[in-house]
Amino acid sequence: MINKKVNSVTEALQGIEDNMTIMLGGFGLCGIPENSIAELVKKETTGLTCISNNAGVDDFGLGLLLQKRQIKKMISSYVGENAEFERQMLSGELDVELTPQGTLAEKCRAAQAGIPAFFTPAGYGTEVAEGKESREFNGKMHVMELAYKADFSIVKAWKGDEAGNLIFKGTARNFNACMAGAAKITIAEVEELLPVGSLDPNQIHIPGIMVQRIFKGEKFEKRIEQRTVRKKS
Amino acid sequence: MLGKEEIAKRIAKEVKDKYFVNLGIGIPTLVANYVRTDISVEFQSENGVLGMGPFPFEGEEDADVINAGKQTITTLPGASFFDSAFSFGMIRSQKVDLTILGAMEVAENGDIANWKIPGKMVKGMGGAMDLVASAENIIVAMMHVNKAGESKILKRCTLPLTGVGCVKKVVTELAVLEITPKGFKLLERAPGVTVEHIVASTEADLIIEGEIPEMVIN
Repeated sequence: MINKKVNSVTEALQGIEDNMTIMLGGFGLCGIPENSIAELVKKETTGLTCISNNAGVDDFGLGLLLQKRQIKKMISSYVGENAEFERQMLSGELDVELTPQGTLAEKCRAAQAGIPAFFTPAGYGTEVAEGKESREFNGKMHVMELAYKADFSIVKAWKGDEAGNLIFKGTARNFNACMAGAAKITIAEVEELLPVGSLDPNQIHIPGIMVQRIFKGEKFEKRIEQRTVRKKS
Repeated sequence: MLGKEEIAKRIAKEVKDKYFVNLGIGIPTLVANYVRTDISVEFQSENGVLGMGPFPFEGEEDADVINAGKQTITTLPGASFFDSAFSFGMIRSQKVDLTILGAMEVAENGDIANWKIPGKMVKGMGGAMDLVASAENIIVAMMHVNKAGESKILKRCTLPLTGVGCVKKVVTELAVLEITPKGFKLLERAPGVTVEHIVASTEADLIIEGEIPEMVIN
């Protein structure tokens, strides 16, 4: 077994420097690597290009890095719910590359799978396709999209073991499973870090070969963005 | 004229037995409340869940179980979770039978715009571009006119497009419209709304054949 365990978030994030490109898992605030984001705020790393489906809310998630002006460019599919983001984007302080969600996921997966490019119908005929190669397959137009290239990928999982094997919970799997192994170095923060042999190999979502560093997050707030409930009748 | 709930009720009639359905944010989300209970339907949410159930009871919310609107949800027996790349895989490969989403504008050639107002509002396209580019059956739930009373049912979209030539049907507070190769065809009118009112509220030309029935909403 090759041990991937590191003892702290500080150690896990070593080597992340100004102006790097970082992938961060999560959908909305669900399954975001909260501990790593808090550490990036503390490290004061700036000029970051962040690939993340969303940009958090004003006071949580990537919103914390936006507030401190640590992000130079965001690559996302949906950035509503974040007033500071919208302000920085409309004023031109923040460079934003909006990408269809399925394309964003596949650009991560392609990087993870060693595929340099792929064709998708999403965005054909829209401004998303401008400047990109288009081709017809089976009578339908498709746009060529390239795999992402990132320095670090930071994902959050429910359970992991010291070999770096990961298991996600619920819809927190989202982009985390697509980003693991999609950058030069993948860092996983987990709720439970278990000794090897504790996880059933049949149940592993991401094998440890995709993860270079794993640590147990100190605390997970797991904030809910839209608390929708029904009354017990 | 229909309210949002009634638009959702009318669209729910389009959901058929054994359909896998993706619901967008807003009015489309309400459709799930009105689907017939004697048919089998599974709801997919593009963040990565199939077999979505109703909202959880108070106190039973789970931050790790949400839909694409970031709302806390539950799952039904037979549900599954998967990653976002896999989720859009099942959308692109047309395993999802029906997509219902909102729009700012729809044009008579089936174009849709719903993600950006240049210089004013940019929230992003989310999964809408992938969904409209891949789904075979797309129904749009939207308001016929904007707050200024201007038609959002147009000859050509004026806002940046989400997808081209993809919308099949539109349900608004005034009417049900089908998009045919010749343009919008008026299928039904909202209770109490005249054909003249609909024509006056629509910038695009309408194909009107014979008597136009009132929508049945129950």
